[in-house]
Amino acid sequence: MKLNLKVWRQEGPKAQGALETYSLDGVSSDSSFLEMIDMLNEQLTMTGKEPVAFAHDCREGICGSCSMMINGQAHGPWKATATCQLHMRAFKEGDTITVEPWRASAFPVVKDLVVDRSSFDRIIQAGGYVSVNTGGARDANEILIGKEVLDESMDAAACIGCGACVAACPNASASLFTGAKIAHLGALPQGQPERDRRALAMVETMDLEGFGHCTLVGECMEACPKEISIDVIKTMNRDYIMATARRQAPKVATAGAG
Amino acid sequence: MLELNPKAPTGPLEQKWEQHKFSMKLVNPSNKRRHSVIVVGAGLAGASASATMAELGYKVSCFVYHDSPRRAHSIAAQGGINAAKNYQNDGDSVRRLFYDTIKGGDFRARESNVYRLAQVSVSIIDQCVAQGVPFAREYGGLLANRSFGGAQVSRTFYARGQTGQQLLLGAYQALERQIALGAVNMHTFEEMLDLVLVDGHARGIVTRNLITGKITSHAADAVVLATGGYGNVFYLSTNAKYCNTSAIWRAHKKGAAFANPCYTQIHPTCIPVSGDHQSKLTLMSESLRNDGRVWVPIAKGDKRGPSAIPEAERDYFLERKYPSFGNLAPRDIASRAAKEACDDGRGVGPGGLGVYLDFADAITRLGKQTISERYGNLFDMYQRITDENPYQVPMRIYPAVHYTMGGLWVDYNLMTTIPGLHAIGECNFSDHGANRLGASALMQGLADGYFVLPYTIGDYIASNKLAPIDTNHAAFKEAEAAVTGLQTKMLGIKGKRTVDSIHKELGKIIWDYCGMARTREGLTHALELLPKLKAEFWTNINVPGSGEALNQELEKAGRVADFIELGELMCRDALHREESCGGHFRVEYQEAGEAKRDDEHFAYVAAWEYAGDNAAQILNKEPLVYENVHLSTRSYK
Repeated sequence: MKLNLKVWRQEGPKAQGALETYSLDGVSSDSSFLEMIDMLNEQLTMTGKEPVAFAHDCREGICGSCSMMINGQAHGPWKATATCQLHMRAFKEGDTITVEPWRASAFPVVKDLVVDRSSFDRIIQAGGYVSVNTGGARDANEILIGKEVLDESMDAAACIGCGACVAACPNASASLFTGAKIAHLGALPQGQPERDRRALAMVETMDLEGFGHCTLVGECMEACPKEISIDVIKTMNRDYIMATARRQAPKVATAGAG
Repeated sequence: MLELNPKAPTGPLEQKWEQHKFSMKLVNPSNKRRHSVIVVGAGLAGASASATMAELGYKVSCFVYHDSPRRAHSIAAQGGINAAKNYQNDGDSVRRLFYDTIKGGDFRARESNVYRLAQVSVSIIDQCVAQGVPFAREYGGLLANRSFGGAQVSRTFYARGQTGQQLLLGAYQALERQIALGAVNMHTFEEMLDLVLVDGHARGIVTRNLITGKITSHAADAVVLATGGYGNVFYLSTNAKYCNTSAIWRAHKKGAAFANPCYTQIHPTCIPVSGDHQSKLTLMSESLRNDGRVWVPIAKGDKRGPSAIPEAERDYFLERKYPSFGNLAPRDIASRAAKEACDDGRGVGPGGLGVYLDFADAITRLGKQTISERYGNLFDMYQRITDENPYQVPMRIYPAVHYTMGGLWVDYNLMTTIPGLHAIGECNFSDHGANRLGASALMQGLADGYFVLPYTIGDYIASNKLAPIDTNHAAFKEAEAAVTGLQTKMLGIKGKRTVDSIHKELGKIIWDYCGMARTREGLTHALELLPKLKAEFWTNINVPGSGEALNQELEKAGRVADFIELGELMCRDALHREESCGGHFRVEYQEAGEAKRDDEHFAYVAAWEYAGDNAAQILNKEPLVYENVHLSTRSYK
C-alpha cells in the first residue's frame, strides 16, 4: 500500500523540530509498524537524507524501547499493543499517518522520535526494590503467597516501562508507572518492610522529576500495552497517604556495641 | 599457541566448588572499595554481577548502550528458569540437572562448570523470590513448576510468559538500588568499542556515547563482559535488533580466544517468516510444547486446511520418532525434525516452511480457560503478528535462530585467555555444550552474575598486584585513535549500499551454509563468499550523518563489520568439526537421520586465537575430560 507519513524531525535536544512529510510506496500489510519505518529509512538513506532516529530493540513488545505517538495515540490504534507489535493491516491504502515522539517535559527529546526516559530509572532508584543483598535468602517455599495475591502482584509487575502512560496523560503524570511498581512489591510479603518508605520516596521523586499530577483521567490505562489497571494508582495513593500519616522523624542508626 | 588451562578444581565433583571457594584468595572488606570493576552489559548476567559486586564493596562501573539497564534482551525470555529444587517430588536433584544439561549439550560442555551451575541453581530461586520476583504459585502458596524440553522432571519456575522480564527487573532493581547508594556508576547510551590491555592485563575499555558521539576511555582493575549472544549474525533471529558481537569480537581481536563459534541454537517454535520486509523473528515459548502437539500432513503437498485433514492422515512426527520425550524433545532435535518434514514437501503455510503446533486436544481436555491462563499472552502475540486465532486454528511454526552456545573461552573462574577479562552469561561458551536446554539461559546468566563471578573476581584481584593506571596511559590513547579511525573510515565510504542490505546478505549466507544443516561443500563456498562481502562492505556502504551525534546507521555499521568477520570464523569452525553434535549438524555425519558424534576425535572445545587481520585464526583445543558421566549416544527415543 501507499502511505503519506508526517514524521517529527528534530536534530537534537535544543533544536527546533518540525513535522516532515514523506511518501512511501509498496508497504506490505503484513509488516510491522517499525518495519515500515525501516523501509522509510532505507529510502531516506539511498536518497542521501538522514534516516529517522527511533527507539526500538526487541520488537516483540517487552523491552519497552519503542515509543511512538501515532495519529495522536500512544503506540497507535491497537489496544494492548506496543508500537513494535502494531501491524500495517491496521491502516489502509492512501492513509496519512502522523508520527511523533512522547511529549512530556520529564521526557526531553534526544533526536527525532527518541526521548530520554532516565527519569523512570530515578523513580525506581528512590525505592522500587526490596533491599536484599545477594546470598542469605531463605528457601523460596518458606514464603507462602496465595495465587490470587501473586496474580495481583504480577498484573502490576508486567509494566514494561515504555512511558506510554505519561505520553497519553494530559498532565504527563507518571502515576501508572510508579503505582505499578508500588503495587507489585506492596502486594507481596517481601515488600512489606519497606512499604511506607517506598511509597513516600517514589512519589516524591516522581514529583521532583517534573511529572504532572494524576487527575484520574484514565488515558494511561487505555494506552498501556500491558493493560496495567488504574487500580495501581489507587494502591499508590493509599500507600502514600498511610505512609504520610505514619511518617516519623527517621531513627538515627547507632553503631553496634561489638 | 595459547595455554588453555580450564583450572577445574580436582577432587570429587560434588565438592569442587566448595573446595575452590575455600582455596580462593579473598579481598578484605575495607580493601574492596579500593578496587574497581567495569561491567559491560546489564542483562541478567551483567545487572546481577554489578549489583552483587557493589554490595560486596567493589567500585563498579556498568555500561549499556540502551537508555536504561532495564531494556537488555534477557527481558524477552518467556518460558522459565530451571532449578534443581525437587519441589515436585518427581526425582529431581542437582545430579540430575547436571546430567540433563551435559546430555542436552551432547557431551560437549565442561563437567565441573555444569555441576556448579546445577548446584547454585537452587540459590537463584531463593534470591529472586526474596527480591519480590512474582514466580507463579499454586493455590496453597507454594511455587509452581512446568516442564521443558530435554527433561523428564518438572523443574522450570516461571512468571506467566514473562519470566525473563521479571528476573531482569529483579536484577535491575537490585542494580538501581546500588546506583542510588553510589556504589555503581551507571553509564547509559554508552557502547563499548574496544578493550584496553596494559602489561597483558585487561585494564579498561573505550566507549562511544551514542547521543553525543564522544569517545571516552575508562580504566579499572578488571573488566567483565556480559554482552549477550551473537545470533544476529543471521540477520533474522529472535534476538533484539541491537544484540551484537562487537564487544566480544573486539576482545577476541585483542587476544581472547573464541570458543565453539559454530554452536548456534535454532529454536523449533518461532513464527514463520512472512516476507522480505521482515526485520526479526518472534519466538513462541517452548513451554507451549507442554500442551501443543506438533504435526504435518502425512501426504506430500497436501494443500487442505488443517481442520480438513483427518486424524489418520496427520504425522505427529515428534511423538512418532521420540516416544519417551514426545513434543518435549530437545530444541536441536525438534528443529531438525521440523526441517526434515518441510524438506520432504510436507510443510504447511506459505512456501511450505512451517509445521503445525496444535492445541485442539489440550483445549478439549483442559478447557479454553486453562489454556488461556497458561499461554494467553503468547496466543495474543501470535494473533497480532499473523492475524490468525490459535484457539481456532493450529499455530504455524518454523525453526529460527535463537541462542549462541559459543562465545569467549573462559576457565572455571569465568576468566578469558586475557588476564583480568571475564565473560559471563551468553557471551561466554561455558555451560551448554553444543545445545542449550530450554530455561537454562536464565539460570546460567544469574548463576554467573549472582553466585560465581563475585567470588572468582576477588581471587583475581587478590592474586595480582596491579599497578595503578589512569586513562592517560598510552594504551588508552592508542585504542581511542583506533576507534575514531574506524568510524571515520565507515563514514567516509559513501557508497551505494545500506548497512542493512549487507547485513541481510550476510544473514542469508550464514543461514544457507552454517544453519540447520551444514556440508563441507557449502561451508567452503561460504568461506569464499564472505571475504567478498567484507570487501563490499568496506568499499560500498553508505553511512549518512556524522559521528558527533546520535547516528543509528553508524552504530549498525560497526556491528555488521564485526558480524562479517565472526561469520567467517563460524564457518571455519563448522568446517573443521567433522562430526554432528547438538546444534551443529554436518550432513556427512549422521546415522539413521540422527547426529553422529565422534568422541574419539572431537571431544574438545575449539578455542580460536586471533592471528591478525588477514590471517585465519589458530585452533587451540581444550580436551573435554569426563570423569563422572559416560559418553553415550544421546537418545530421546
